Amino acid sequence: MKIIDKPEILYGELSTPRKIRTRGLLRISPGMLWIMLFLSIPALSLIVISFTTRGAYGEIEWVFTLENYKRLAGYSLFGWSPDYLKILLRSIIAGLITTVVCIILSYPLAFFISTRDKSTRYLWLTALIIPFWTNLVIRTYAWQIVLAPDLPIAKLAALLHLVPPGSPLYPSSFAVYIGMISAFLPFVALPLYSSVEKLDWSLVEAANDLYCGKWRVFHQAILPQTLPGLSVGAILTFVPAMGIFLIPDLLGGAKYMLVGNLIQQQFGKSRDWPFGAAVSLALMSLTLIALVILNRRGAKMQVL
Amino acid sequence: MFKLNIHYKILAIATYLFLYTPLLAVMVYSFNKSRFGIHWGGLSLDWYVKLLHDDLVIEACINTAVLAVLSTIIATILGTTLAMGLARYPWSKKVMTFFDINLYLPVVTPEIVFAGALVVAFTCLRSISSIFEPGLVTMIIGHVTFQVAFVALVVRSRLASFNNEIEEASRDLYASNWYTFRHVLLPLMMPGIVSGAMLALTLSLDDFIISFFTAGPTSVTLPLYIYGEVHRGITPKIHALSTVGIFVTIALVILSQRISSKDN
Repeated sequence: MKIIDKPEILYGELSTPRKIRTRGLLRISPGMLWIMLFLSIPALSLIVISFTTRGAYGEIEWVFTLENYKRLAGYSLFGWSPDYLKILLRSIIAGLITTVVCIILSYPLAFFISTRDKSTRYLWLTALIIPFWTNLVIRTYAWQIVLAPDLPIAKLAALLHLVPPGSPLYPSSFAVYIGMISAFLPFVALPLYSSVEKLDWSLVEAANDLYCGKWRVFHQAILPQTLPGLSVGAILTFVPAMGIFLIPDLLGGAKYMLVGNLIQQQFGKSRDWPFGAAVSLALMSLTLIALVILNRRGAKMQVL
Repeated sequence: MFKLNIHYKILAIATYLFLYTPLLAVMVYSFNKSRFGIHWGGLSLDWYVKLLHDDLVIEACINTAVLAVLSTIIATILGTTLAMGLARYPWSKKVMTFFDINLYLPVVTPEIVFAGALVVAFTCLRSISSIFEPGLVTMIIGHVTFQVAFVALVVRSRLASFNNEIEEASRDLYASNWYTFRHVLLPLMMPGIVSGAMLALTLSLDDFIISFFTAGPTSVTLPLYIYGEVHRGITPKIHALSTVGIFVTIALVILSQRISSKDN
């Protein structure tokens, strides 16, 4: 921008561009500096930290190395083991499965709500928002009760010889998936509902009139119209699901660790910031890749 | 009107059941007399009475409320001014991109990475001042950091829904800057500010990870308390506490819908 600071009428008042810009900066700075100080700069410093070495007491030694990334790739003094790569891959798969199942369950749900009478539609929608707003700690540990031994679900599993009788269904990968799907379902269902609500039904009717099969009606008349809601839902589910800590912690235990748990260990108990930073950056890159893909596939990202 | 296939109807109802089963289980077992496991020992309200006499629970409730309210107030003020600065001033494309990256960073960063970054930030800042010791202050700072972005995004989209000719008209009629803000801009922004604040409040109440990483020994919040107790072994007292939490959530949902329907 050219800096010609001559008085002119800006926004209905006599002012100069410099004055206006100063006033704008004054409004932006508090919030912007807050975000930069507590997130942007520390996040950037994670990049530097990921190349440093952990000292004997968990401090950072400024010896630059690629060791943390090598360790993430599985190389150690004892040869190569894919443990960390497995955790990364498992997190991607967990995110994908959660997102896909949530999408599959959300379509009937969204259509169900939008075809209710005006008077009850509001209630059904509220019924979807309540679990969405309930704290995740409560919603997650609650599955520990539902999946406890001697309750119907565990009994059924024992009857089918899936688990020995009298044993709980958690910690297990099954429990983690149940927890993840129930946690993220509203994240897909709510944006999808807002798309379904605006659906142009005449296109669906036209497709039916032209003897489209069920799948084609969905694929060519419904899917393109609901894509904006779907892509928002997919972003809101896949990204947090991949890095989730709480659900595998409470329902998976040591049996089903995801990358979120690995990062938590490094910044918590193990106090290995350099390795934690390296894993964080791996997760951040996966997140950005997912965002680029999902944004290209769907509409422009609208967070809200 | 389009008729929904009965199979889809059943599937939708089953999905609702799936979402509510854990919540109902918590509520039912909060009335269980027997202390251990899922053995049903008869109905009892004992656990609710015990909650009222538990100092730790009371303290956690107060901490949760203080954290949520203070961080929401700070984030709403900062976020609203930030949105005004972004939407109403002629920033060049490069500068705007820089602002946007910072604004979207709290939204897209995975929570666990966010928490790690905060741990790094607070550890460094602790060498400057002791207010960055883990506690309520660091928790409020952490919560505001993600809330402010959400508030700013909501208010900005509200500001984008009307153009600044209204403000110019106000200025043309010799209204002062303050008068224009107070009587023209603020009422127009209000629905955005209110929904931004509601969003910030729920984000704070819903948060676990950021609190988990920034809390000190005296600043335990309800989610942290429940998490700790769950690791020690679940008792009906936790179910009772969670049941109260669920009902508070229901009240908040209804309240926020009242507010947003009034706005429309």
